[in-house]
Amino acid sequence: MKLGFSRTEEDFRTECAAWLKAQMAGEFADIKGITTLTAKAERRKEWEQQLAAHKWSCIGWPEEWGGRNASLAQQVIFAEEYARAGVPGRVNHIGIELAGPTILAFGTEEQKQRFLPDIAAGKTIFCQGFSEPNAGSDLASVRTKARLEGDKWVVNGQKIWTSLAHISDWIFVVSRSEEGSKGPKGLTFLMMPLDQPGIDVRGIKQINGDAEFNETFFTDATCPADSLIGAVGGGWQIAMGLLAFERGVSTLGQQMGFRNELDAIITAAKANGSANDPLIRQRIAKAEIGLRLMRYGALRMLSNTDHSKIDGAALTYKIQWATWRRNLGELAMDVLGQMGEVTDNPAYEWDMLPNLFLFSRSDTIYGGTNQIQRNMIAERALGLPREPRGDV
Amino acid sequence: MQFSFTEEQAMIAETAKAFFSENATSERTRRAMAADGVDRELWTSFCTELGLSGVGIDETLGGAGLGMVEFAIIAEAAGAQVAAIPLLGLATAARAIAAGGNDTQKSVWSPKLISGEVIGACEGVPSLDFKDGTLSGEIDPVPHGAVADVFVFVSPQGAWIVRADAPGVSVHAHTTMDQTRPFARVTLHKAAAEPLADAGAAIAAIHQGGWICLAAEALGGAQACLDRTVAYSKERIQFGRPIGSFQAYKHRLADMMIEIEQARSAVYWAACAADEGAEDAAMALHAAKSFCADTYFMAAGNMIQLHGGIGFTWEHDAHLFFKRARSIQTMLGNGDFHREQVATMVLGEAA
Repeated sequence: MKLGFSRTEEDFRTECAAWLKAQMAGEFADIKGITTLTAKAERRKEWEQQLAAHKWSCIGWPEEWGGRNASLAQQVIFAEEYARAGVPGRVNHIGIELAGPTILAFGTEEQKQRFLPDIAAGKTIFCQGFSEPNAGSDLASVRTKARLEGDKWVVNGQKIWTSLAHISDWIFVVSRSEEGSKGPKGLTFLMMPLDQPGIDVRGIKQINGDAEFNETFFTDATCPADSLIGAVGGGWQIAMGLLAFERGVSTLGQQMGFRNELDAIITAAKANGSANDPLIRQRIAKAEIGLRLMRYGALRMLSNTDHSKIDGAALTYKIQWATWRRNLGELAMDVLGQMGEVTDNPAYEWDMLPNLFLFSRSDTIYGGTNQIQRNMIAERALGLPREPRGDV
Repeated sequence: MQFSFTEEQAMIAETAKAFFSENATSERTRRAMAADGVDRELWTSFCTELGLSGVGIDETLGGAGLGMVEFAIIAEAAGAQVAAIPLLGLATAARAIAAGGNDTQKSVWSPKLISGEVIGACEGVPSLDFKDGTLSGEIDPVPHGAVADVFVFVSPQGAWIVRADAPGVSVHAHTTMDQTRPFARVTLHKAAAEPLADAGAAIAAIHQGGWICLAAEALGGAQACLDRTVAYSKERIQFGRPIGSFQAYKHRLADMMIEIEQARSAVYWAACAADEGAEDAAMALHAAKSFCADTYFMAAGNMIQLHGGIGFTWEHDAHLFFKRARSIQTMLGNGDFHREQVATMVLGEAA
């Protein structure tokens, strides 16, 4: 058991850190430090292509598809250095971390040829069509309908919380393809181009004033018959396989962003004297400890190479970071005092810490609410009986 | 990147777990609780047959080598059974002598402490009076103070070895809430005391060993609270369902697991950082001691609540965990103290 990385791994760190630093000081200096997912979208698509041009776009993928076949440790290091350099979040993270790995794992050779090079190159931006107004935590109750007509799928229904749909090219859609089916049966996983008359994307304004998510309406929207991943009626298995990719190495990069937020709180506390308040000191210490434990927890999870059994500990990670960050937002406001609630920006755009306070209320909801996370931990990791399903 | 056990470490974990679950049974622990708080047979076989008592102490002193990671693995297993053994003394007194003693002190005491022939105890106080080779003052409370053969006492003025049978040493055993690690008051009146050659090194060793020992015991205890409560929740039927199927219940178990997994990261971060002499080792120790103690208390409190009435009985083991957890929270610096040390590292001293 050891804490650090090997010499060759550290050499890799030096290499990627130097490249990222040069980019953020040079050609892409204008996007450095952006914290929202929506600002300067066009420049950030160019950044995706710049990453691809230097083979930093999807380093964990096989080399034949534009990756570097990077080890888990290298992926961790890249994610850490990416965030440390102040590079904004990937506008194509759904494509790189979810759609691509799903196609790699479950797609046909033809689908790999068609999608992977463009995802890797930053030319195809993907978004995720899972939740619906009546299928949130209960994802299996989706109602969006798909029917095969000749050589096309015809899709009708509505998705919601589709992050970045307004700047994306493709969407993957979990749809009900078997009339009258219920729950996880009869679902099909489709990939659809967004730029078509049958799809209407409408922004949803969030509590922080930003509009990162959308409602996406499908009215006789179409895609070719061979746009499905997996089997007709086998969409649930694909969706669940895809959710497993969500607990990947990007979590370690995300922590560097958290580090920046906590550092901003520490700076603010020193500046306004609240660093002398014993209660604030206790809370900052707790936040610091929590952040370190998150890092070592993630390293422990990624070092566990025994994939033959479900790693129960990994299931605790999402609720841990989400709750930690929500608490951090509350701490930020206590440190800032009432001045944290005002801004001179007439567009209702907030600085990092007030935005953290507002945005972090979504962390404990998206990707599975804290309540759903507790069910998953209890049922899958601890083996407790499942909550009985209602039939309303 | 290998922040997980090596094969050898996994084997030690398995051996230690099997040893304590087989031998440190509730029945035996309760027998020790009714007496002086030590299961001597368990301690002897731990030190001699199992041969794990020297882990983390140099081989030249009769130790087994290895490091704090391996020591933490053992303390975790002992903590899971609330074993009534003076393990903390090994982590503090024995390590203080190994780190700060002169050659004679090391050769006299280390092998005996490791073999279990003598029991060590250790405590620090704000002030002790050392004059002409004798020590005077009151040290209260001393964990396992009434069963110790040798003490290491520290104060800002230094660190000393005191034999329990030396003239001028009087020991009063307290009735203690946690009967698996009872306290005593030790009064010294011009008792012969040997200063440790390097008091600074001794104190550093006590902090490192003591905090890791308590954090690891807490981790093991908290995990045992969770495991036992999960098992109960699958058997106990109310309203026609196992109670573990109710969300109000299972969510509390999930919350326990979330904290325990962080506590596990804390213990092995601290132990690894100590072994590697890592830059963040000091923060890791404070983090581990405070976080794990709180986790244990939360888990043990939930264990009582989630067992209902039976969890409040003397007969059930829940109170063993609960009382050990409470004791660990205060011992060797409470959570607020350790978090304030972390705060000072990130914010500087309060003005």
